[in-house]
Amino acid sequence: MAEYSAFSLLKNALTGNKDWKPAWRKPDPKASYDVIVIGGGGHGLSTAYYLAKEHGITNVAVLEKGWLGSGNVGRNTTAVRSNYLLPANTRFYEHSMKLWENLSHDLNYNVMFSQRGCLNLAHTPGQFDDLARRGNAMRHLGVDAELMTTAEIKRLVPAIDVSGSARFPIVGGLMQRRAGTARHDAVAWGYARGADRRGVDIVENCEVTGFLRDGDRITGVSTTRGEIRAKKVALAVAGSTGRVMQLAGIDTMPIESHVLQAFVSESLKPIIDTILTFGMGHFYISQSDKGGLVYGGDLDGYNSYAQRGSLPIVDEVMSEMLALFPGLARVRMLRSWGGVCDMSMDGSPIITTGPLPGMYLNCGWCYGGFKATPASGWCFAWTIAKDEPHEFNAPFTLDRFYRGLVVDDKGQGATPRLH
Amino acid sequence: MLITCPYCGPRDVIEFTYQGDGNRERPQPASQNLDAWNAYVYDRLNPAGDHNEIWQHSGGCRAHLRVVRNTLTHEISSTAFARGDHKSAARHKAGGKS
Repeated sequence: MAEYSAFSLLKNALTGNKDWKPAWRKPDPKASYDVIVIGGGGHGLSTAYYLAKEHGITNVAVLEKGWLGSGNVGRNTTAVRSNYLLPANTRFYEHSMKLWENLSHDLNYNVMFSQRGCLNLAHTPGQFDDLARRGNAMRHLGVDAELMTTAEIKRLVPAIDVSGSARFPIVGGLMQRRAGTARHDAVAWGYARGADRRGVDIVENCEVTGFLRDGDRITGVSTTRGEIRAKKVALAVAGSTGRVMQLAGIDTMPIESHVLQAFVSESLKPIIDTILTFGMGHFYISQSDKGGLVYGGDLDGYNSYAQRGSLPIVDEVMSEMLALFPGLARVRMLRSWGGVCDMSMDGSPIITTGPLPGMYLNCGWCYGGFKATPASGWCFAWTIAKDEPHEFNAPFTLDRFYRGLVVDDKGQGATPRLH
Repeated sequence: MLITCPYCGPRDVIEFTYQGDGNRERPQPASQNLDAWNAYVYDRLNPAGDHNEIWQHSGGCRAHLRVVRNTLTHEISSTAFARGDHKSAARHKAGGKS
């Protein structure tokens, strides 16, 4: 398969772009594999990639119900950051950040990772203190963080309203400079190509309809394209976790599926060259390389498997945007869409062996799954290959809820709609 | 989305507060059955389809409602007062009227 390089671009440009080969094959599923990964989104594909690359396990199939990357990997707002408070989260997401920093090179695929920074705004002195505490916790673990004054924020984002007469005056912010954005589709495609060229079969339009079992042990899956056996079956199905677990006879999980909306405006000239988050509500915004403002807010707030959102949240998100940027009042919204998020009971993910023998589980990403894509796959591949977690995902067990070991960064309790 | 409050009639969803899975059963307050408490606090049914859930008409009559809503289409097939229903009475504040 062709390496992508300046030379190959030039060569193909001169020959009419006729010689490009597909980035991955479209194989029919074999009768059995060493590992089946259910879910051809970012996490499933990165899991397959790291299984092959780090652990030499290449007899792997990734089964995708729809087309590759049709779920949340193509529906998020592409933010990548590691600005958490609790050490378990900070270590995991910082590992992800380090993988991001070398990802384009590693995959030989430009994921357009742009470290433009992520700035959390504070609107009260108490909130500013809280950001300082989080920043200190980050720096303590070697992650970059710096407090910014209102004047520095105004210099960085001139369009923002920092006047004392704003509805929620800004008193400062916490900046992580290494945070940024990436091209989400390219992440899925890059991992797919990387896994495929190492021998992984990516099988699209192949819905899992049940599990093959030998007693308690999972020995494979039945799919719309026939039965496929495997020594190990790994789930990376995000918002569909509840549904797929029900196929395995597990009716309840510490997870609720909620819909999260995202929005993009018409293209503007450069106006926001960082990721901004509002502190007096739930709102975040960045600007894509194409010029569109990419932004979002809260979950709709009730269980949903519909990949579309409701209007009250649209209203709320727009009003939050205008509270920060009154000057954007006449900008037109181009598109909005929704993705189904697997909201866990403490806002942190689950990457673990089990809960049934032969099964491996990766879920509970809430609305933070995109930034985790590299580390999620990396840790999940480790867990599948070695039948034990890596130290980075050891805190993210399924039974932590029942043992008093929750990892609740926001301190919100078992109320998924508020994480 | 409109929710038909049995007392107030059809009202916009923004008047309501979602209180989640209505299938959970709260153990008796004195219970020391850890499994039952864990299941009550953390386990959710989360179906793709009809979902039995509790809402409060917090921007209206403040009644707690038991609603059956389809999580794929948002179609609501039944709405009733949750009062008198001991499973959902668990969600009332201690000492509150039901």
